[in-house]
Amino acid sequence: MSKIKVSELTKIFGPNPKQSLERLNKGASKDQILADTGNTVGVNQASFDVKPGEFFVIMGLSGSGKSTLIRLVNRLIEPTSGHVYIDDEDITSMNKNELIEARRKKLGMVFQNFGLFPHRNVVGNVAYGLEIQGVEKQEREQKAQKAIEDVGLKGYESSSPNELSGGMQQRVGLARALANDTDILLMDEAFSALDPLIRKDMQDELLKLQKKLGKTVLFITHDLDEALKLGDRIAIMKDGQIVQIGSSEEILENPANEYVSNFVKDVDRSKVLDAEQVMRRPEVLTTYKGGPRTAIKKMEDVGASSIFVVDRDDQFQGLLTIDDAIRAYKEEIPMEEVLNQDVHTTTPTTPLSDLIGVAADTKYPIVVLDEEQKLLGIISRVSILSGLVLGKEKDEVTN
Amino acid sequence: MNYFELPLEQWTNTFVDDWFLPTFGNAFDSIGAVLNAFVDLVTDVLLFVPPELFTLLLVILSWRVGGKGLAIFTFLGMLFIGSVDIWEESMHTLSIVIVSTFVSLLVGIPVGILSAMNNRVQSVVRPTLDFMQTLPSFVYLIPAVLLFGLGGVSAVIATFIFAAPPAVRMTNLGIRHVPKEVIEASRAFGSTSKQLLFKVQLPLAVPSIMAGVNQTIMLSLSMAVIASMIGAPGLGATVLQAISRVNIGLGLVGGLGIVVLAIILDRITQGIGQGQNNKS
Repeated sequence: MSKIKVSELTKIFGPNPKQSLERLNKGASKDQILADTGNTVGVNQASFDVKPGEFFVIMGLSGSGKSTLIRLVNRLIEPTSGHVYIDDEDITSMNKNELIEARRKKLGMVFQNFGLFPHRNVVGNVAYGLEIQGVEKQEREQKAQKAIEDVGLKGYESSSPNELSGGMQQRVGLARALANDTDILLMDEAFSALDPLIRKDMQDELLKLQKKLGKTVLFITHDLDEALKLGDRIAIMKDGQIVQIGSSEEILENPANEYVSNFVKDVDRSKVLDAEQVMRRPEVLTTYKGGPRTAIKKMEDVGASSIFVVDRDDQFQGLLTIDDAIRAYKEEIPMEEVLNQDVHTTTPTTPLSDLIGVAADTKYPIVVLDEEQKLLGIISRVSILSGLVLGKEKDEVTN
Repeated sequence: MNYFELPLEQWTNTFVDDWFLPTFGNAFDSIGAVLNAFVDLVTDVLLFVPPELFTLLLVILSWRVGGKGLAIFTFLGMLFIGSVDIWEESMHTLSIVIVSTFVSLLVGIPVGILSAMNNRVQSVVRPTLDFMQTLPSFVYLIPAVLLFGLGGVSAVIATFIFAAPPAVRMTNLGIRHVPKEVIEASRAFGSTSKQLLFKVQLPLAVPSIMAGVNQTIMLSLSMAVIASMIGAPGLGATVLQAISRVNIGLGLVGGLGIVVLAIILDRITQGIGQGQNNKS
């Protein structure tokens, strides 16, 4: 089952859309129709499916119809033809009340310029969606509070939106969409108005939130790097049409046409690949339990001069060099005291570009940890370089 | 150029005398009665309150919305009005201003909302407003007297015609200027049209609506002299009296009274409007 299913969706702006629609179906181009009838084809027979929990990005330059397309999904703009199904219910055939209900229960939305209500404070903004559903004040403010904490705005509840920075305003926008607890988030260029550093933070946090809350996200952007970073799958739009749908790897490796390949040719590989994709499993690990003797033995077996130490739950403890291990063994001091904790660690989703600098000034591999500090893998300098040249090496990770 | 010999004058008179008045006379009588009672009530209240207390309340209000400077001005202004012995006339003028502003807003704001929501309504409303504002006031003073008789009620009606347009226009403008994305956000979360209007559009239009209220009050005051020609009591009557007797001193007293009232009302309503602005 798909969460969102868009089929043959078309929007024509102008005085006589029906007539233009017929011509469009007969194969007339967008430019021809504009020249002959003055009607603008906004979206031209777009079809795609979004699976539950998927992060689906629609990428296109300005004028490609992407913002129109996302507004067709919740019918802020009425489609000329075609269908949108949310949980297999046809949005396009709903009456006014059904549509309002669907927007309340199923579709949250985040806007490019935030679209916050300037006359309400942060809680008032976030609780708006619940307020119009008639949820009682105490309950809605409780839910709003939770959403505010989820986006990291605790303490700003009673601030007015125009006292906040752009990044914080968009957090309010995001919290407002989260407070309704809809399965789907529609995000229209949500981060495009933010400056690059804040944008990157917001992207990372959105990914985390999406993972945590399991939302289905339909995300619009004009920024290919952003699309590649965020999207499980990406649809590329041009002149109102979807020209290719695929994962970032598919789009990079097999561009569907010249337009897409022109687009992706300048992509910086280091931004697309992340730590998870180039890390490998360490050859040996040891635990405290075995003591320095076992550690020395293990290092000897594989011919390494250092070894990573984990505890019983696979939680990362530190690095043990052969010299320290021998010293601990001879002087009978516990292994904990000779561990080298000065090792760079990173998360699986950190882009490779962020690791290049780190790798340059450390002599030990970078350790990849999950949220519970479990050791997932290590990245040596060689892995980073080969990742940049060859692409990802997933096989090594999953062996 | 008299090609068609259009007897507009006779037609109008026949229409009014033979059909309009017999048909709607009663309706106008009851509207007149209601307005009359309203004007009388407000006048009675204003005259019942001791001038000292009234001044004190007004000074406190001025101080709250406009600060110390305005409070001092209000105090001196009211002291002047009392000292030149036009307190009673001022209260009569004020009550006509209050009632006609109330009626103007009661009609003007909903019409403004409707014309903001619907382009067709706007295309009818706009020329009507132009008509109301440009038609010389003496032209509608005549039918006003015909329908409502001499006195305060006709003054209120005439003032309404002159002073309501800004309330309509500024309400319309305020609602239409609410940012598109804010409206989209409200709709995207499932607002009904009513919720959109009352929770988003109107609150955001308040500063603009308050500017309209301010204009309405100012225009009401400027009608005071003209309205006195159809028997409205108040400062206008004082000025009119001064003109007919060529009494320069009395004219100055009445004129300055109007100016003082105008400045106080203007600053107070502006202060309220700005307070709203700062909040948003």
